[in-house]
Amino acid sequence: MEKTAHIFEYKTLALTLAGLLVMTGVTVGAACIDLGWVNVWIALTIASIKASLVLVVFMHMKFEGRALRWSFLSTVCFLAVMIGFTFWDVAFR
Amino acid sequence: MEAVKSFYDTPVPARFTGMLSWLITLDHKRIGLMYLFAILFWFLLAVLLGGAIRLELMFPGENIMHADLYNSAFTLHGVIMIFLFIIPALPAVFGNFFLPIHIGADDVYFPKLNLLSWYLYMTGGVIAIVSLFSDGFPDTGWTFYVPFSISTNTNVSTAVFAAFILGFSSMLTGLNFITTIHKMRVKTMGWLQMPLFTWSLYATSWVQLLATPVIAITLVLVMVERFFNVGLFDPARGGDPILYQHLFWIYSHPAVYIMILPGMGVISEIIPVFARKSIFGYKAIVASSMAIAIAGSLVWAHHMYTSGMSDTAVFVFSLLTFVVAIPSAIKVFSWVATLYKGAIQMTPPLFLSLCFIYLFSVGGLTGLVLGAAGANIHVHDTHFVVAHFHFTMFGGTGFAFFAALHYWWPKMFGRMYDFKKAYAAAILVTAGFMLHYVPMFVLGLQGMPRRYYDYLPQYAAGNFFAGFGAMFMILGIGLMMVNLFLSFRRAQISDPDPWGGVTLEWTVPSPPPVHNFVTDPDVLDYPYDFSGVVAGAVNKSRRT
Repeated sequence: MEKTAHIFEYKTLALTLAGLLVMTGVTVGAACIDLGWVNVWIALTIASIKASLVLVVFMHMKFEGRALRWSFLSTVCFLAVMIGFTFWDVAFR
Repeated sequence: MEAVKSFYDTPVPARFTGMLSWLITLDHKRIGLMYLFAILFWFLLAVLLGGAIRLELMFPGENIMHADLYNSAFTLHGVIMIFLFIIPALPAVFGNFFLPIHIGADDVYFPKLNLLSWYLYMTGGVIAIVSLFSDGFPDTGWTFYVPFSISTNTNVSTAVFAAFILGFSSMLTGLNFITTIHKMRVKTMGWLQMPLFTWSLYATSWVQLLATPVIAITLVLVMVERFFNVGLFDPARGGDPILYQHLFWIYSHPAVYIMILPGMGVISEIIPVFARKSIFGYKAIVASSMAIAIAGSLVWAHHMYTSGMSDTAVFVFSLLTFVVAIPSAIKVFSWVATLYKGAIQMTPPLFLSLCFIYLFSVGGLTGLVLGAAGANIHVHDTHFVVAHFHFTMFGGTGFAFFAALHYWWPKMFGRMYDFKKAYAAAILVTAGFMLHYVPMFVLGLQGMPRRYYDYLPQYAAGNFFAGFGAMFMILGIGLMMVNLFLSFRRAQISDPDPWGGVTLEWTVPSPPPVHNFVTDPDVLDYPYDFSGVVAGAVNKSRRT
């Protein structure tokens, strides 16, 4: 079977890298402002976007088939459920 | 016509003969057998340790070991049985050997990764042994609960590291099986034409792949805590010991389903063959395997009702626990319905499968007692839990392992064992099992805590009977092993399908050749269609 190469342009890679660096800066900046419980959600949201960019661009998830995408999604769901369900305890103690 | 050479006669270069040819093999069948012998070694060792524990508890006071040694003995019994026997037993041995054959493939998708998994398993086992002989036996129990595990001076770090390595072996095997099932099924085999054992391995593999990293990282955190005093779990340093229990059970409860799901797959293979009848509710069993894998991952905190977690969590996890009972009950119902009006042919594998159904059902029903938060408070950490756990894990997975050994032994080794001895051993093990664990239910209801070295006089009778049953059980296991190994002195069987099975392993010679299939196998539209067997045609046209 012939393999197809998936190569992103340098411009896309550079923009992704820049985006990741900017978001790191935003994370650090947001941590310096006291917004109460919102701080955690800001940090988690930025981290999730960064992880998604790395996966889609640098790890070529964009070009993968349905099975691998579902595998990845199920892993994320598993993690979210595990963390979420722990809050049945932590949030109600 | 020249007889087909079996995988035992794989041609190898002159300098890689004998044991070396096995140690570097990439053949899934050889790797399966390498797992079998390693796992049997650990199993028998842990059985002896369990026997020693029961001998100690048979009479009040000190009998054969002092209290510290007793703590180490039950820790080792648990660690070896869980991490080195029950978790890998069915997937690693029978999954490796039969999964590729079941789906018409020549091997797993990543053969080298498969061999690496075996080496990781062996490395984990060796490190576990090393932990015994340096700085004192670990004494935490297999759960490694904090804060004791981070403060005890015994060699917990090495034991934890061993479990960490074993986790990688488990994950890689899961990854390999998922990929193999997706990528290597023969083209004519659709998802709903796969054998149920393969389906159970598929569900198990997902749990292995998703849940095992949680325990791996948790065990690393225990080591970090021990070496660097970070304060993750130690309340004295601001840590949260209940968080450890969450992390531990996020893996270890799904691990219970890693243990039992392949066992259920084995039973789903055996029952229709000896009932000479298509399995009842094929799709329901498939769906229930996946449902158990998913729902079973959401109930971990039912181990923690008395830990001090919130009442809301107790309520939610108790409710979810009852949900898991539904798919398990669907399977039991389907097996019994398959037997109903079947042309039953009694054999040792079927006998052991029937024992499985009974013992697992008792284990499952007593699980409901423990799942109910109110009842759980009374019997938490008592011998009731020990009995329930062993009914599901030993009565379930253990008996499924025995049944699988007896069912696939002729295929793996090309030898048939003695039926009378096999029945005698099965009866001894089952009778010993009942005498061993039923008194523990009573002891638990009476209030005897588990893991205690000594007990009050009112618990003496129950402990005596339990010890007596343990001796019977060990005798039965010994007879079973001797009988199986004595089969090597018998003549090789010529029939590739001695039971009249219809899944693909019965279409290849016993033992199978190096390359499982010469041509693409003939896949049945429905994987448990026994019409040919009942008519006496016995699938001859399908043999390769």
